[in-house]
Amino acid sequence: MPDIEIIHDRYMEHTRRKRLYGGMLLAVFVALMAGGFMTADARNAGGFWDGLGAIFDFPAGVISEAVEKAHTLPATMLEYLPALVETVNIAAVATLIGAGGGIVLSMLATRGLARWPRAIPLFRRIMDVMRAVPEIVIALVLIFVLGGGPVPAMIAIAFHTIGALGKLFSEVNENASLKPVEGLESVGARWAQRMVLGVMPQVAPNYLSYALLRFEINIRASAILGFVGAGGIGYELKNAIAWGIGRYDQAAAIFILLFLTIVVVDQLSSHLRDLLTHGRKKEMLA
Amino acid sequence: MTLAADPAALDLRTQATALMRRKRIGSMMLPVGVLVYLVYALISFDVLGLLGRASTENAATLLSDTWSYKTHVTRDNRSGAVSYAVEGERKGEYPEGMHPDFVTEDGETTITDLGDGHIVTFSPDGVSYDIPGYGLVTANPGRSGVQATFPEGDLPDWINASGNRVAITTDAGRLTITRNRSEVFHYSAGWELFFFTLDSPYHGMGVADLASRAMGGETSQIFDDFWNNTMWRHGDVAWALVETVLMAFLGTFGAAIVALPLAFLAARNFTPLKVVRFGFRRVFDFLRGTDALIWTVVLSRAFGPGPLTGALAILLTDTGSFGKMFSEALENTDGKQIEGIASTGAKPVQRYRFGVIPQVTPVFLSQILYFFESNTRSATIIGAITGGGIGLLLTQAMITQKDWEEVSYYIILVIALVFAMDSFSGWLRRKLIKGD
Repeated sequence: MPDIEIIHDRYMEHTRRKRLYGGMLLAVFVALMAGGFMTADARNAGGFWDGLGAIFDFPAGVISEAVEKAHTLPATMLEYLPALVETVNIAAVATLIGAGGGIVLSMLATRGLARWPRAIPLFRRIMDVMRAVPEIVIALVLIFVLGGGPVPAMIAIAFHTIGALGKLFSEVNENASLKPVEGLESVGARWAQRMVLGVMPQVAPNYLSYALLRFEINIRASAILGFVGAGGIGYELKNAIAWGIGRYDQAAAIFILLFLTIVVVDQLSSHLRDLLTHGRKKEMLA
Repeated sequence: MTLAADPAALDLRTQATALMRRKRIGSMMLPVGVLVYLVYALISFDVLGLLGRASTENAATLLSDTWSYKTHVTRDNRSGAVSYAVEGERKGEYPEGMHPDFVTEDGETTITDLGDGHIVTFSPDGVSYDIPGYGLVTANPGRSGVQATFPEGDLPDWINASGNRVAITTDAGRLTITRNRSEVFHYSAGWELFFFTLDSPYHGMGVADLASRAMGGETSQIFDDFWNNTMWRHGDVAWALVETVLMAFLGTFGAAIVALPLAFLAARNFTPLKVVRFGFRRVFDFLRGTDALIWTVVLSRAFGPGPLTGALAILLTDTGSFGKMFSEALENTDGKQIEGIASTGAKPVQRYRFGVIPQVTPVFLSQILYFFESNTRSATIIGAITGGGIGLLLTQAMITQKDWEEVSYYIILVIALVFAMDSFSGWLRRKLIKGD
């Protein structure tokens, strides 16, 4: 019986210690949140509690003006359609280039597939760096050199996308079977041929699924970069807001367009991704 | 009987060939389609026009400013007074009686050594620039003009001369003479006055010297001079970095706290009422669909510029994302564990606490930390819009189009910050999920 008592005591002590650590961690977290909130509140131009009352003023102004001019709203939305197309184009081109670069980098950085196995850590590091650089940094530098417009935003987003997709792709590559690659090698295929014919067919659905997810993220990024001067719907939004009261229907039109685009792309891509992952399973089971 | 002779087999073969051809064309279509689209984008983005307009001069300024700085040596031609200023800025001016190492003062004469044998002399008789491989340029600026004399022959294209202004740009530096002013730019590698400005007594002191003074009880003054450096404003920059992380931290974890209870209401296995579930899912979709950009714009109207606005924008967007992800994770929980807990007579709250939470905690934590990481990047750009954090400093430094070394400094800091947050959250994830 003393054995059990010892075990019981040890267990209770362990639990107590765990609870203590958990409690301490929670206390630190709560203190950080509270302290952080207070600091942010103090350094903000308007206070939190004052702002909370005014939070609906701007949306209310926009909505009332939009309702007032409801009959011209579709026309206004149509007017901003080209800017929206530009934003979507930026995201699409950046995703395509990013996926292309990501595929190459990911293969160079996967064990078993790499062209130069010794350089794997190098390519991984390159992807890490590309992923870490925030888009706005590259966009602002390029706007200075190239002038405003969609291209700086596109390059900035593509750069980040290469790193982000490269990492996800290389995780997919690790699960690819090496048998087709070996088979192709035995008949004398070059590295590029081995990758395109041996690996790509295995991983294409997963690649596509990740690329779609990235496209979704890139639309948001491209809209937000427009706000700092890179063209597209974000730029128009900045102007519409700067005009102020009387032109809020323009802002409303842009809000609606942006919201609809994001929701539609979101739904479409999640449906497609579902099809890519589950549809195949069903096909195989049937 | 050969295969070819069998009509059925022949038919099969034509079918197979046709199928192969169709597939080959199909697989060709995708790259061709992508190519066509890229060409369309090339035209619609006007890439060729952009390349024509691209300013290589801007790029060169950016690059050279990143690793070097210039010191202006300026003489007022009427009074003869010579002043020295780093980057020509008032806060970089040398105090009375001090001058840079490359300048020799000899009575009324000031000799600036630009290196590689390039010597510029300001003397009461005028200005002279000895250019190796070309000759001596002299000028006597005054009321009637610059009055410059050049060596024999045509003027090279790096000299720009008129009656009232002469500008000579060489690899070593640059000399501009007008009627009232003569100015030399001396380029040196590095970031000027990074640690101490010229008015600080610690400027130009070696590390060993500084360390011994710090030992002697001057640590706080030394730190103060560094921290409040008017040129680089290290204190403000550090605050900006803190603000950026603060935005990401408050936004991400605030969103997680808000989304957690709501996710239970949107999960099929915890909320049998379809109306409630549907309602909360649409709320999540709305929060996510209204992008961070829109939230930022709307919120900055109410709260004004600052880190709190950015934090709230991240909070609202991520509440939508977390709500969706958490409710999906909750739907994937294993019911057996809950049943097991229930069989011991646990009340509903206890069932959640011991049956559900341990299952989903690792998933939630890893998602939250992943978002924290990516929100550090988002906070940079949101800061540029709302006006807070390092994003604001970066855009401000960019807009002035002058302090490119500061831009490079901020870029390096941003990247270092993102890297640090990446490794920190990776470490925390391993510690919390795999450890104990």
